[in-house]
Amino acid sequence: MTTIDKTAEVPSARSGDDHVGPLLEVRDLHVEFHTRDGVAKAVNGVNYSVNAGETLAVLGESGSGKSVTAQAVMGILDMPPGRIPQGEIFFRGQDMLKMSYEERRSIRGQKIAMIFQDALSSLNPVLTVGYQLGEMFRVHQGLSKKEARAKAIGLMDQVKIPAAAARVSDYPHQFSGGMRQRIMIAMALALEPDLIIADEPTTALDVTVQAQVMDLLAELQREYNMGLILITHDLGVVADVADKIAVMYAGRIVETSPVHEIYKRPAHPYTKGLLESIPRLDQKGQELFAIKGLPPNLLNVPSGCAFNPRCVMAQDICRTDIPPLRPVTERDGTDLVGRGSACHFWKETIHG
Amino acid sequence: MPDLTKTAPVPDETKAPVADPSAVVKADKARSLWGDAWQDLRRNWYFVISAGLIVILLLITAFPGLFTSASPTTGDLVNHFLGKPELSKIGSPEWFGYDGQGRSVYARVIYGTRASVIVGVAVTLAVTLFGGLIGMLSGYFGGWIDALLSGFTNIFLGLPFLLGAMVVLQAFTDRSIWVVVFALAFLGWTQIARVMRGAVITIKQSDFVQAARALGASTPRILFRHILPNVMAPVIVVATISLGVYISAEATLSYLGLGLASPTVSWGMDISGGSAQIRVAQHILIYPSIMLSITVLAFIMLGEAVRNALDPKTR
Repeated sequence: MTTIDKTAEVPSARSGDDHVGPLLEVRDLHVEFHTRDGVAKAVNGVNYSVNAGETLAVLGESGSGKSVTAQAVMGILDMPPGRIPQGEIFFRGQDMLKMSYEERRSIRGQKIAMIFQDALSSLNPVLTVGYQLGEMFRVHQGLSKKEARAKAIGLMDQVKIPAAAARVSDYPHQFSGGMRQRIMIAMALALEPDLIIADEPTTALDVTVQAQVMDLLAELQREYNMGLILITHDLGVVADVADKIAVMYAGRIVETSPVHEIYKRPAHPYTKGLLESIPRLDQKGQELFAIKGLPPNLLNVPSGCAFNPRCVMAQDICRTDIPPLRPVTERDGTDLVGRGSACHFWKETIHG
Repeated sequence: MPDLTKTAPVPDETKAPVADPSAVVKADKARSLWGDAWQDLRRNWYFVISAGLIVILLLITAFPGLFTSASPTTGDLVNHFLGKPELSKIGSPEWFGYDGQGRSVYARVIYGTRASVIVGVAVTLAVTLFGGLIGMLSGYFGGWIDALLSGFTNIFLGLPFLLGAMVVLQAFTDRSIWVVVFALAFLGWTQIARVMRGAVITIKQSDFVQAARALGASTPRILFRHILPNVMAPVIVVATISLGVYISAEATLSYLGLGLASPTVSWGMDISGGSAQIRVAQHILIYPSIMLSITVLAFIMLGEAVRNALDPKTR
């Protein structure tokens, strides 16, 4: 079946196993790195889930553990120095951390694929893009060189690279940044995976190309009814594409929310700070807000809430007790579906 | 005014590349690492001369009979070595004179090429394959595999190259070309292993290796399809430069009487034999020496040229 035929199909018809529940579920995941200076706790108990056709945006600064979580899900963490001391990663109900190496390898690319941040360094400079696109089919489906090349041209057409047939034997450096990112997307899409993890797919691109690439990604996701985990630090990118948001700080999820509500009413001071630091046209001329201080050193995370040294609302309890991720409710106690905040003072933050 | 006339036929100019897109693609294609290197090499005199010499040497190796009618092993004592070289008779058996047993020095130089070139090329191939594999495995896997293989490499690196080769050769009574190849390759692979290991360690940290892993490529595939093409440049450079070194090592061993033995013809043996008559018949010594120098020089020059072409920093 060619990739183009797929559009005609009913979205729910894909998959073909009887698993009910989320496509991917990460439960209490911990990742640490053993370095010469000590143990860096990069991820400290992350929970999230993604359903088919859903987009989860994972937001956070550099070093917040968002990429490490994704690498753990993909199974491409360098171990050692990395280690997963506890946690479970369920893909269609099966814990991937308990699978054999070969089982995991057959999932990679075929069921879960990844789009990397810097497309130039993520493509092999000495191999043509056609070869690299076709490799997916050769590794997982055992197609011949010729068939793989034809498939590669089809993929390049699909991600809207002009003159695909003429450019299939070009090298990565002969493409522009936006085109390269399209090739990365095509590679990830090749085998029509159930889940795509996009690790800052637009960071290396300029703003106009960013919009094109995100539109393309959203369009393809709808077409194939894939789950998408979008890792980013750009709140602007998220608003148009994501269904729900998880904000990470120092290896923990500090706030979860459906996408539009978080912009209206953040329930964590960190999210609030992030939103206030977006430049806005109606505040022209004023000084831009910035969260003071630096992200914590992962070798030495502050006690209590990791955000307390930078937080404007910090009290004594924040320095002693780690706040769990609690459900967020309206003032009158009605549930806000999908919302959670890991702050002792979430009520004050959201309603205050 | 000329500017205006130039801007007028714009539609034609834009049409030209569209009419022949294959030409555009072709011109573009050369701009890869190897394409750039080739552009660079073609204009490099060192490369042109050394490559020309090497082509001639390979021709001599393959078809020595094309270059001389004389036999290198049958001598006629009528042609005693006191018969001086007749330099005007280019290509004739007496061109470089005769040696002590009445054999044509020219024929011996021609037939001796085969031993030198085969030893050089075969040792280089063996060393590149074995050393490259060891270096690649230890660089890619790291950890205890690296510790083990690097330790193994360092043990061999500690053995003196020529002295070690002599000891190995002592163990064989039949000294064919392949025994000499084995003795030199046995101790010569360490340099390539170290170069390869370093290059692989650098490349394996690239994003594209992680990307290949994320897309489900197996370990052998990552090693041979993704990493290997990226580390070939430094390995090829070291290999071409050391090829000349192996040729001179063979000559040294033969000179010392430990390398090849008669009836194989080799420059090293002739230099050794010629040095005995250096006072009366210098030509027996000089011509094989000149050939040896030219050959070693050609390979080293080629290696240098390739290195400069592949290293963007020297451009």
